[in-house]
Amino acid sequence: MPTKIEKDAISGQDTTGHEWDGLKELNTPLPKWWVYVFFACIAWAAGLCVLYPSIPYGRGYFHGLLGYSSRRNVDADVAKLVDQRKDSMDKIAAMPFDAIKADPALMEVALTSGRITFADNCQPCHGAGGGGNPGYPALAAGAWIWGGTLTDIQQTVTHGIRSADPDARNSAMPRFGADGTLKPAEIEAVADYVWATFYGHAEGKDVSAGAKIFAENCAACHGDQGQGNRDMGAPKLASKVHLYGDSREAIVHQVNLPRQGVMPNWGTRLSPGTIKAVSLYVHSLGGGE
Amino acid sequence: MSRISKEDRRLQIEHEAAGDHLFANRLRVYPKTVHGRVRQVKWAILIVCLGIYYLLPWLRWNRGPGHPTQAVLLDISHERFYFFNMELWPQDIWLLAGLLILGAVTLFLVTSLFGRLWCGYTCPQTVWTDLFMWVERWVEGDRNERMQRDAQPLNADTIWKKVLKHTIWMGIAFWTGGAWIMYYVDAPTVTLQFWTLSASTQVYFFTGLFTATTYLLAGWAREQVCTYMCPWPRFQSAMLDDQSFTVTYQAWRGEPRTRGKARSGGDCIDCGACVTACPTGIDIRDGIQLECINCGLCIDACNHVMNRTKRDPWLITWDTEARQNAKKAGRSEPIRIFRPRTIIYLSVLVIAMAGMTTALLTRSTLGLSVQRDRAPVFVPLASGELRNGYTLKIANKTQTESSFDLTVDGLPGAGLVVAEGDPKPEPVLHLPSNADEVDSFRVLVTGRPVSLVNGSQPIEFILRDTATGRQTVYRSTFMGPQGYGK
Repeated sequence: MPTKIEKDAISGQDTTGHEWDGLKELNTPLPKWWVYVFFACIAWAAGLCVLYPSIPYGRGYFHGLLGYSSRRNVDADVAKLVDQRKDSMDKIAAMPFDAIKADPALMEVALTSGRITFADNCQPCHGAGGGGNPGYPALAAGAWIWGGTLTDIQQTVTHGIRSADPDARNSAMPRFGADGTLKPAEIEAVADYVWATFYGHAEGKDVSAGAKIFAENCAACHGDQGQGNRDMGAPKLASKVHLYGDSREAIVHQVNLPRQGVMPNWGTRLSPGTIKAVSLYVHSLGGGE
Repeated sequence: MSRISKEDRRLQIEHEAAGDHLFANRLRVYPKTVHGRVRQVKWAILIVCLGIYYLLPWLRWNRGPGHPTQAVLLDISHERFYFFNMELWPQDIWLLAGLLILGAVTLFLVTSLFGRLWCGYTCPQTVWTDLFMWVERWVEGDRNERMQRDAQPLNADTIWKKVLKHTIWMGIAFWTGGAWIMYYVDAPTVTLQFWTLSASTQVYFFTGLFTATTYLLAGWAREQVCTYMCPWPRFQSAMLDDQSFTVTYQAWRGEPRTRGKARSGGDCIDCGACVTACPTGIDIRDGIQLECINCGLCIDACNHVMNRTKRDPWLITWDTEARQNAKKAGRSEPIRIFRPRTIIYLSVLVIAMAGMTTALLTRSTLGLSVQRDRAPVFVPLASGELRNGYTLKIANKTQTESSFDLTVDGLPGAGLVVAEGDPKPEPVLHLPSNADEVDSFRVLVTGRPVSLVNGSQPIEFILRDTATGRQTVYRSTFMGPQGYGK
């Protein structure tokens, strides 16, 4: 509510001519230098607009006289980092695993690089930290199908499993049910045997029929004690960790129509040094041998 | 609300259109030299404060080989703060929060007792402004001489005196900016690097920045900083009450003012000495006001005049509003130091100080933090056991290498292994730790938990220094699938 501008008796200052609930406001003048600082800030802002990327138009924008680009700065930073790491990555590519492990500084680079590479390329299937997913092996568990030494891991990563690579790890469990090798009743019997003997669910059931079928059909690869065979890529059955599930149904499914997962041959996409780094990382997850 | 007349409205518009009232020219303040007790105290405080500021970085301190030799060093690039015998880590940053609380409460207490003592005596703005004014007086002369000089046209004498003044100001400002840097990097080293042009860009930037701000704020801005920029004068009124000592003109004694030889009126002879002495350019006789920094130079100026005119000194003095009112009425009023406000400030201060001291004295030289792996939450092993991964950070805040034993409590038969190390789990893990560093270990714990509740059970990591026996415990959890072991 505008009121009359009046002079304040104590300060000698004019009021603003506004009043709220009986409170009047003094119109204390702003110091001139303050105003000049304000103008200087406006000039500064104008300068920034001219020098740096500022005004958008249509699909483009004014790039500024300095040609500044944060994107280009990132590229330069990345290039610098790659250059900084080059020495270490070259060493990792050239040195044997034992020598890398003996060098803590190099090991740190390898594990860091390996962790990032793993997250970018391996994690979608194998899970963060190598925790695994149904159908995708848990790398941290140490239940290796093809071997868990550093060179085993390097070999698997480079050439893949059932990939197009000529050196790929290959195994093909026969389709006992789908191809009619075993009758459904026989599959049930062998599943009973595996479930009781190797999965630890012996509930006093007679599984001798299944044992016979197992000895004739399965033991050649999986071993008579279900210990598996890494040379053939035959998983260990006498284990608490099972690639395609821990249920009896999963056993029946696998005998009937085996699933055969494929892992890409990363040698075509990652450099040898990077593959060694990721091998060291996978080895360090807790399952390494 | 009454409607305003057309005529008033017209005047109002004219007034606004003129624009004169919107912006104020700065009134130049030419403070006059004063001599006296207050001035002496102010000089003493100035010398002590500036002496500490400029010279402290040069104080050396022996911490053994390989460690900084500077007594006070805020080594940000190496993440260590050194204060004489004390070495603070980034983890101790809460001490800084404590220090700020102490500072704030001390300021509240002092202000509620003695008004703006901080503003008038120890605030860097006041101290440096005082120093710059001293230079100004030394070069250009006292108030009258300076006013005359600025009023007359430019001549050779004015030019060279102004040049000399600004050169000295720049010199002091540069020394101030340089000293600032020395708190962050080793003083002798950075001095040498600075003059051989081999210091970092940051060093030159910050030296330049603090040189510029010192020169501008103490040379040019002066009282404008206190009046317009600083927030402190705005909320000081919340701490003052009628029992706070402030610089006060005893109006009951001084009024009515008398001029000349007449002795009939009050003690104030309206000589204006208090006004010309004021570094913020105000008249203390108008009472307590926003601009007054409570420095008391007007007291010295007035006492000088009172003595010369054979009157009682301390016409302007430190006193409380309550006592002044009592004196005016011819009564006497006791000084009340202890009142709810000061007792509360004092208690908070004592509690904060006790807390800080205890925290500082019992500060552990061994830190352990454990972060459990988020993914995978747990790993079931072929053997049926479960494994959880943890990242341990061991902060060894001593200057000696140590060796630690790590055990886990709460998980019977637990096996521990460093992820990249020997794959065979052991009940006790031996971990080496470098001196004055944080070492990180990824530790895998394997076990068969028997009491998982909702897939989780508590465990404790116990870290023991094998040499000294000092130990620290960190509570964590061990997780597994629902219904494990059932």
